[in-house]
Amino acid sequence: MGFEDWAAEPLNWVFLAVALATTISGLRVVTSPNVVHAALFLVAALAGTAAIFLLLAAEFLAWVLVLVYIGAVIVLFLFGIMITRAPTGRDEAEVDHQRRLPALLVSAALFALLSWGLLSQWGDTTLDGITAGTPTSVLAEGLLGRFVFPFEVVGFVLLAALVGGITIARRDLSPAEERERESR
Amino acid sequence: MILNQFLILAALLFCMGVYGLLVRRNAVMVLLSVELMLAAVNINLVALEAFWQTSEALGQILAVFIITIAAAEVGIGLAIILLIFRNRRSANVDELNLMRW
Repeated sequence: MGFEDWAAEPLNWVFLAVALATTISGLRVVTSPNVVHAALFLVAALAGTAAIFLLLAAEFLAWVLVLVYIGAVIVLFLFGIMITRAPTGRDEAEVDHQRRLPALLVSAALFALLSWGLLSQWGDTTLDGITAGTPTSVLAEGLLGRFVFPFEVVGFVLLAALVGGITIARRDLSPAEERERESR
Repeated sequence: MILNQFLILAALLFCMGVYGLLVRRNAVMVLLSVELMLAAVNINLVALEAFWQTSEALGQILAVFIITIAAAEVGIGLAIILLIFRNRRSANVDELNLMRW
């Protein structure tokens, strides 16, 4: 498949725009010196991911991503950022290591290796089986049928994470404070 | 659309996550990079599901599980960072040498 054939398909241009936006916001997530900006660029990157899911006919998953990530996880992140940047904030001066070059080399080498493997394995295999969309009933039957046990286990993990998160983050009273509370 | 355009975008996002993981010093930003890597993995799964067209949409089901586990991971991770910050007055991963030896 040559480039002309590829460019003749309108969806590819949509992909190109979305991929560009996702890449730029992903880049800003890892380079932005401001923590809040990094979290907000992660929102953009995840919205791009959801758009990619829509292109791949995974509508349910796209909206799950929007709801769970952009709706809940990012709020959690912003909350965490606000708490861990107290007025004393020693982290404000420098958010990055001095050793940027080795990290850049490692990730560039990893990308070269991955794309070499992908190109040699898949070449220009086309994706032509994409239909109008994946019916949510297929996902529901999978989740509550064949995969019902992992589904329950994941529910248990979420409960454990909830309880564990509260237990870890709760501020324990010092013995003096506890005595004061009991005497009251 | 060819399969590789999605897989290479996912590889790119994953490598940016690796870079962020290595270069960031604030623990919250390290977690942000991990989220980027998980999003890349999800793109991979959904793209390969669109290629193979399994009758049960196995790739998408796996992606649902990954999203759920990632949400739990963020909750626990931020709770731990909060606790460390409260004890050390810093969320800098370089200074966390408490359990070094």
